Amino acid sequence: MVSLNDYLIASGLLFAVGFAGVLLRRNIIVIFMALELMLNAANLSLVGFSRYNVQNGLPDYNAQVLVFFIITVAAAEVAVGLAIIVAVYRAKQTTHLEDLNTLKF
Amino acid sequence: MSPVLFWIFVAIMLVFAVLVIVNRNPVASALSLVVSFLALAALYVSLDAFFLGAIQVLVYGGAVMVLFLFIIMLLDLKAERARRVNFPAFCGGLIVVVLFVKILFDVSYGFQSGAAQFPATTQTSQADAWHIGMILFQQYNLPLQVVGTLILVASIGVVILSKRELK
Repeated sequence: MVSLNDYLIASGLLFAVGFAGVLLRRNIIVIFMALELMLNAANLSLVGFSRYNVQNGLPDYNAQVLVFFIITVAAAEVAVGLAIIVAVYRAKQTTHLEDLNTLKF
Repeated sequence: MSPVLFWIFVAIMLVFAVLVIVNRNPVASALSLVVSFLALAALYVSLDAFFLGAIQVLVYGGAVMVLFLFIIMLLDLKAERARRVNFPAFCGGLIVVVLFVKILFDVSYGFQSGAAQFPATTQTSQADAWHIGMILFQQYNLPLQVVGTLILVASIGVVILSKRELK
């Protein structure tokens, strides 16, 4: 049967894939998608622990409310982040990170 | 949920997550991201979190994917040309990720109580939207209002960021 550890490993592997995307890719939009993957990996482990912590015969709904808030904030974050990417593109005509080196020391 | 279905959905989720970061074309990346999130929604349903599964499909499969595709098409991004990769940085990133996965497996197999079965839910958890709503509007009413304000501020901020010149 499926145990909590299986869900945690699935969530951790999803996080690792997103982490690899942030570290290895240089396209700012793909990095943003990889950030979303990492956020969702955290959500998956939260839901797993919610189902594992049964109270009065019900899953722990506090964790699910936290996931609800994370999804809400992530949606706002996507909107603001993409607006910033559009503004950067308008100024620099690129979405490649190595061309955005104005702040580089 | 049967273990076979669980592993099928985990495989879909991880394969399409890898496709997100491997694809050179950003449109293909965005579509792979949606498939990955839909498989994740199926995993939520397997954990009796029906409401969150529905929210995941609506918010990520609907809103966020449309936003990503809209921006990619607005910027008219073509598939990336192959560039010379910064080899030390690439290797460094890869080593960090491999070490992370190794620690993940070490910790998971050392976590004994997680290897047990999920405890059975005695009451029916079909009405989880009702339970989440009760907690959300009673216990977490203030955070809910704060998040509502946050979204208002974010939408105003997006409009200001998108103006051509700031006055």
